[in-house]
Amino acid sequence: MSNIAKAFEHGKAFIPFITCGDPDLETTGQVVRAAVENGADLIELGIPFSDPTAEGPVIQEANIRALNAGVTTDKIFDFVRDLRKDVQIPMVFMTYANVVFSYGSEKFIRTCSHIGIDGIILPDVPFEEKGDFDPICKKYNVDLISMIAPTSEDRIAMIASQASGFIYVVSSLGVTGVRNEITTDIRHMTALIRSSTNVPCAVGFGISTPEQAEKMAAASDGAIVGSAIIKLLARKSFHVRGRIFFFVVR
Amino acid sequence: MLESKGRFGIHGGQYIPETLMNAVIELDKAYTLYRDDPEFNKELTDLLNNYANRPSRLYYAENMTKDLGGAKIYLKREDLNHTGAHKINNALGQALLAKKMGKSRLIAETGAGQHGVATATAAALLGMECVVFMGKLDMERQALNVYKMRLLGADVEAVTTGTATLKDAVSQAMREWTNRIDDTHYCIGSCMGPHPFPTIVRDFQSVISREIKWQLQEAEGRDTLPDAVIACVGGGSNAIGSFYHFIDDKSVKLIGCEAAGRGIDTRETAATINTGRLGIFHGMKSYFCQDKYGQIAPVYSISAGLDYPGVGPEHAYLHDIGRAEYVGITDEEAVSAFEYLSRTEGIIPAIESAHAVAHAMKIAPKMSRDQIIVITLSGRGDKDCAAIARYRGQDIRD
Repeated sequence: MSNIAKAFEHGKAFIPFITCGDPDLETTGQVVRAAVENGADLIELGIPFSDPTAEGPVIQEANIRALNAGVTTDKIFDFVRDLRKDVQIPMVFMTYANVVFSYGSEKFIRTCSHIGIDGIILPDVPFEEKGDFDPICKKYNVDLISMIAPTSEDRIAMIASQASGFIYVVSSLGVTGVRNEITTDIRHMTALIRSSTNVPCAVGFGISTPEQAEKMAAASDGAIVGSAIIKLLARKSFHVRGRIFFFVVR
Repeated sequence: MLESKGRFGIHGGQYIPETLMNAVIELDKAYTLYRDDPEFNKELTDLLNNYANRPSRLYYAENMTKDLGGAKIYLKREDLNHTGAHKINNALGQALLAKKMGKSRLIAETGAGQHGVATATAAALLGMECVVFMGKLDMERQALNVYKMRLLGADVEAVTTGTATLKDAVSQAMREWTNRIDDTHYCIGSCMGPHPFPTIVRDFQSVISREIKWQLQEAEGRDTLPDAVIACVGGGSNAIGSFYHFIDDKSVKLIGCEAAGRGIDTRETAATINTGRLGIFHGMKSYFCQDKYGQIAPVYSISAGLDYPGVGPEHAYLHDIGRAEYVGITDEEAVSAFEYLSRTEGIIPAIESAHAVAHAMKIAPKMSRDQIIVITLSGRGDKDCAAIARYRGQDIRD
């Protein structure tokens, strides 16, 4: 069974997204540990990419800050090795196809497995193209996380039936980033997913307030919060860092 | 597992967010339906001929031929098309297709601005809304084209992320498409991106080689084939259009000219096939300029239209199988060719096209007088005059 399933064993999962190395890996480590202390169930670690086509301005800027500060895939692997000395909860990488492919897909995924990364999210790899990565992920017991979007419709059953780890339900059209309102009928999407699989689903994209997170989690198995956290982090104050986790403590 | 679509050897595919998958599937179905539809093709041919001024001339460059003293040189005059470049062939095709699909809004990326102008033109003609994404740096380099797009009724949105050039404009157009799909078609400007775009753009541009074939036979006699076809390559749309109907004619050398910028041995280059590595970006597997961790490299060329870190997947494939050759042409060589063609033939080529002229200047003298080179002049050079003047140390105002 997937290690990721543990994240969903204690009710709704809270999944914070953090860009590695923004502004440095030391801070990322502090934020991850603070998230764990405050009850995060799964951590989504972003490996920055120069041209993140699925991201809105907030995470785009975090990627650029991190790359400018000199973070690399190898440094992030070392960072995760260190993190795994005390962080037990499931962790997944979120990055882009080229970061994995260019490193050597097998070498990348094998390393993930060795350092304790439980899954990989690649927003530019749809169902049709997962053949590049999925067989290797299966070989090393790393879950390739499937995404389902509001436009997926007739594709939901096909995607869900082959999903493992968890399903990333994209809440809205467009890219990542905080939204005032999420208008998609998430309950309808999760109902369709559940008719094909028991793999848990978590909702992400645009969750900007604890209220929204609660609402999305109520309609699914968990909530993923990215841009809202990065935005607070970008203000760089320790005091603010405490506030991030009021998403969690609620 | 479903089979990956739109492969050229190992290249191509559909590496895009799930949000866009049904949109490209819908586009693929519509294109499969219309590509062989006589009504659609009649309408498109009518637009190309009566509106865009096709067929474009195949002009025998006698002065250049005599001056270089080798192969006979013909110029395929895509610069004489309406809007001044080959881009209109694809823009009209995609706009018409989008209209048939019930879309009312076109979005596009542009580098030099030629594809943006072509898309804005097609949108104006067919009564569609149009938004063009353009890197802020390119907007400064190509201010005249920005004005033209706005004059034609398009919104031009400045892209400030990354290097603020063509690749960032493509990324932003893709982001915008995920935001609004129902009424919007992404009119991509080159033979790149996810399937079916590389095929659609190639097919709409293949009118170039179809015409070269019969025009050359008309000029030189039955069964005459060129010995070489030369075109510049950024994403590669005018090149794939110029090559397409010659791919099976093995005696025809197909040569793509990449922008080497300050040289392929420097970091300031955009010569993707010469300096890049296999990767996955902007919806496709192909060659990309990137660092060892797969971060896309900031590329450079004097030409905004060739300043792109990737190349269309069919070119990557033609390179792999050795069917086409891809050479690097530096800024200096391109600028010299820009000046040479202006002086010798009275034709001011786009700086992009000047890369192809530069290579012909190198190889023509080494070829015999009964051999034939066709150079595709993908666009006209009016837009580049101010920038080339600056390159030569003269400050003129547009």
